[in-house]
Amino acid sequence: MEIKKIAIPLNDDIIKELKTGQKVFLSGYIYTARDTAHKRFIDALKEGMELPFNMKNQVIYYCGPSPAPPGKIIGACGPTTSSRMDVYTPQLLSLGLKGMIGKGKRSPVVKEVMKRHKAVYFGATGGAGALLSQSVVSSEIVAYEDLGPEAVVKLEVRDMPLFVINDIYGNDLYEIGMEHYRK
Amino acid sequence: MREIHADTIISAVEKLFIDANINLSQNVIDAINGAIAKEESTAGKEVLMELIKNAEIAKEERLPICQDTGIAVTFVEIGQDVHITGGNLYDAISEGMRGAYKKGYLRKSCCNPFTRKNTGDNTPPIIHTKIVPGDRLKITAMPKGGGSENCGEVRMLTPAEGKEGVKYFVLDMVKKGGPNPCPPIIVGVGIGGNLETSAQLSKEALMVPLGVRNSDPEIAAFETEMLNEINKAGIGPQGYGGSVTALDVHIEMMPCHIASLPVAVNIQCHAHRIKEVTL
Repeated sequence: MEIKKIAIPLNDDIIKELKTGQKVFLSGYIYTARDTAHKRFIDALKEGMELPFNMKNQVIYYCGPSPAPPGKIIGACGPTTSSRMDVYTPQLLSLGLKGMIGKGKRSPVVKEVMKRHKAVYFGATGGAGALLSQSVVSSEIVAYEDLGPEAVVKLEVRDMPLFVINDIYGNDLYEIGMEHYRK
Repeated sequence: MREIHADTIISAVEKLFIDANINLSQNVIDAINGAIAKEESTAGKEVLMELIKNAEIAKEERLPICQDTGIAVTFVEIGQDVHITGGNLYDAISEGMRGAYKKGYLRKSCCNPFTRKNTGDNTPPIIHTKIVPGDRLKITAMPKGGGSENCGEVRMLTPAEGKEGVKYFVLDMVKKGGPNPCPPIIVGVGIGGNLETSAQLSKEALMVPLGVRNSDPEIAAFETEMLNEINKAGIGPQGYGGSVTALDVHIEMMPCHIASLPVAVNIQCHAHRIKEVTL
């Protein structure tokens, strides 16, 4: 299968070339954040406080890694189910978030807002935590250390294997795939 | 009477939970390789090959297969003639599990349901015990991730809904779950008993090795029928579309009340982590 190499920042020139169903190797800095971190982001925005990082042109990875064993940069780091973050996502997209990595369907609202802001949703293979950890070159906690595995961590990744699930043209790999193979 | 010391249990449980999280069993690897041969979609095959590579890397690097190292589901079959000394069985299992999650660098994923405050050491384990004849103590560790568990359900069907109702329920759960439980999945179905026993049966069903059919020919035929129906849904590996959505379906059944038809569906992901030891 042909694999397209892409690097962050994901500017519009890169984003418009991404098509649902493509496999890509992503390189650059991404931020992990899941349930509680997202809630804190939204609460901070409500209070008029700053977010731990500027959302513009960034990529969030829905992931809570297992602890890093001695000598390793990170433990297993596969994706968690993205739909739990749907309720928080439209606001972050409006602040310029360009990419999200996770697994599982997004809501119709999130897909609509993604299309509007030209953001892409990528799938990392769930349960391939050890394989995905090999893409991580560095790891730095940037916020919410008290949350343990749910802390916001800045990861540098190299050739992280991902599938494009939702492109900016309104295609959804979960819908297209199932439709094609349903008997 | 055969004495088994709590320390033996602690040490055995610790080894089991680390082993289960790091070394995917050959039974599951074989099933995934079988799926690669059957899978019609390119993306689906790609995903399945990633899973095989992942299992190899996890074993070599001693990393968890998946970062969700699960809630510590533990089945214990206690021989009637076993006498546990030196401590309480539940404490011993907790201690062993605590050790595994610390020394194995496994993720602590247990929290208070309301405050969401992490318990810090992955306690409490979920312990199911059964008293059996003999003087052995069999422990099965099955760390269970949250993603797949969230896709299960118990339904009190009416007797009139019958087998067709069960079929519909299972397919409904698989389709509703879609990509979320990380297909290819394994489906455990518990039929009969009461509300709580059907749920227990559905989890016990997941302990049956992949490829093994129920000893009752009618139930075995139903398992095969359900597997074929599920794979017609086209969900595929990771839900990207494909012909292998489930690796297997296991059904456990027991009698129920004349007014009821309790059915539980417990979904397991492809990171089917299960190891056992007999003391």
